[in-house]
Amino acid sequence: MRVVVDFDLCESNAICMQVAPEIFEVRDDDFLYVLNEQPGEDRRSAVEEAVQRCPKQAISIQD
Amino acid sequence: MREAITVIGASLAGLRGVETLRSDGFDGRITLVGEESHQPYDRPPLSKQVLAGDWEPDRIHLAAPDRLADLQVDLRLGQRATGLDLEAHTVEVDGVAERFDGLLIATGAQCRALPGTGHLAGVHTLRTLDDCLAIRAALEAVPRRLVVVGAGFIGSEVASVAVDRGVEVTMVEALPVPLVRVLGAEIGTTMADLHRSHGVDLRCGVGVVELVGEDRVRAAMLDDGSVVEADMVVVGIGVVPNTDWLESSGLQLDDGVCCDATCLAAPDVTAAGDVARWTHPRYGRSVRVEHWDNAVEQGIHAARRLLQTDEEATAYAPVPWFWSDQYDRKIQVAGLTHPDDEVRMVTGSPEEGRFAALYGSGGRFNAVFGMNRPRQVMQFKSLIDQEATWEEALAYARELG
Repeated sequence: MRVVVDFDLCESNAICMQVAPEIFEVRDDDFLYVLNEQPGEDRRSAVEEAVQRCPKQAISIQD
Repeated sequence: MREAITVIGASLAGLRGVETLRSDGFDGRITLVGEESHQPYDRPPLSKQVLAGDWEPDRIHLAAPDRLADLQVDLRLGQRATGLDLEAHTVEVDGVAERFDGLLIATGAQCRALPGTGHLAGVHTLRTLDDCLAIRAALEAVPRRLVVVGAGFIGSEVASVAVDRGVEVTMVEALPVPLVRVLGAEIGTTMADLHRSHGVDLRCGVGVVELVGEDRVRAAMLDDGSVVEADMVVVGIGVVPNTDWLESSGLQLDDGVCCDATCLAAPDVTAAGDVARWTHPRYGRSVRVEHWDNAVEQGIHAARRLLQTDEEATAYAPVPWFWSDQYDRKIQVAGLTHPDDEVRMVTGSPEEGRFAALYGSGGRFNAVFGMNRPRQVMQFKSLIDQEATWEEALAYARELG
């Protein structure tokens, strides 16, 4: 699983950071950093939740 | 075992519900009924990118056509639910009764109208894609003087977009301070300042007596005796949940469809999104939440509830959260404020255009407001979720500096 963020869409609402803080981090500069682009399968449901709850629909999963 | 689940309402909560039914393994028949003829779409851009003309409507689909096909859903667009028979387990769609084993109600809400203005052209509300395109077209016409009635979040976003397009905007708010009931006087004043610094003529503590014009709106008469000329008016004075079709159903209705803590409104019937009122365990009372994020989360929860036994069901206890984009600012609020709350500005300042403020009362930490502070809003949202005390929240704020 590969986590892909469309940074043209991302507006740093940071919901993903709350759902999966070990993968997504919005830092004090207000930009999103993907900490782990290829998380293990055990994180799939968290990443899927981040995909669904992103208000900009900026996150996707590539298998 | 359920064989047929019907979802009424093909917007965010309904669609996320359908996706959840499938991802949780439900392989029976799913019917999704939507009143609008458009493919399911996302509403936040209607008061932002689409209204501004930066995006075309094809960019706001909630699900690509192939995704909808994958879901194997009987999608009935342009159709309307007109009645519900709980006993018979039937829902009436365009007058035809159809049986269901499980029903998810996600009919959303509609804009409150300004009384006595229905006959005038140029008076708008903003809820649907069609509303948005009508306002967008009007904004493109000249001359352009816009009156926004109501300084809530929708009205504020419309004002923000209009100002950006060089439109002259007057905003009329009945409350003495915008959003004072939700955000308190201090933060509400900050919001007022934001509008004024961008050239909006904001008039607070003033009501609209009448919109005048023959066929088309010409001006707004205000209750302080002033008259504001207008080429168009956008009314943003709140919404009313769409429960008319349920009046005789036997479901309990009270500013929404009343549900228990698990989102169940009646056996085999759940509700989600703007239309749902449920008993929130964290607050010990019923709430109805009109936020985007709630439509997603509650759509998922209420769909899952239909697949669960009473023993398996869990309470729906989210920390409400929403965002609003105005001018160059991202406003976010997490939690629910309380009228008794003390408000404490903890990081940054309104002058910097970047700050966070905390709300608490009775030793409880209730909510956080952020302006261009997304990281901190989420950090404090987690604290609310953990039921941190007011002192703990303030201590955490001191650590952030």
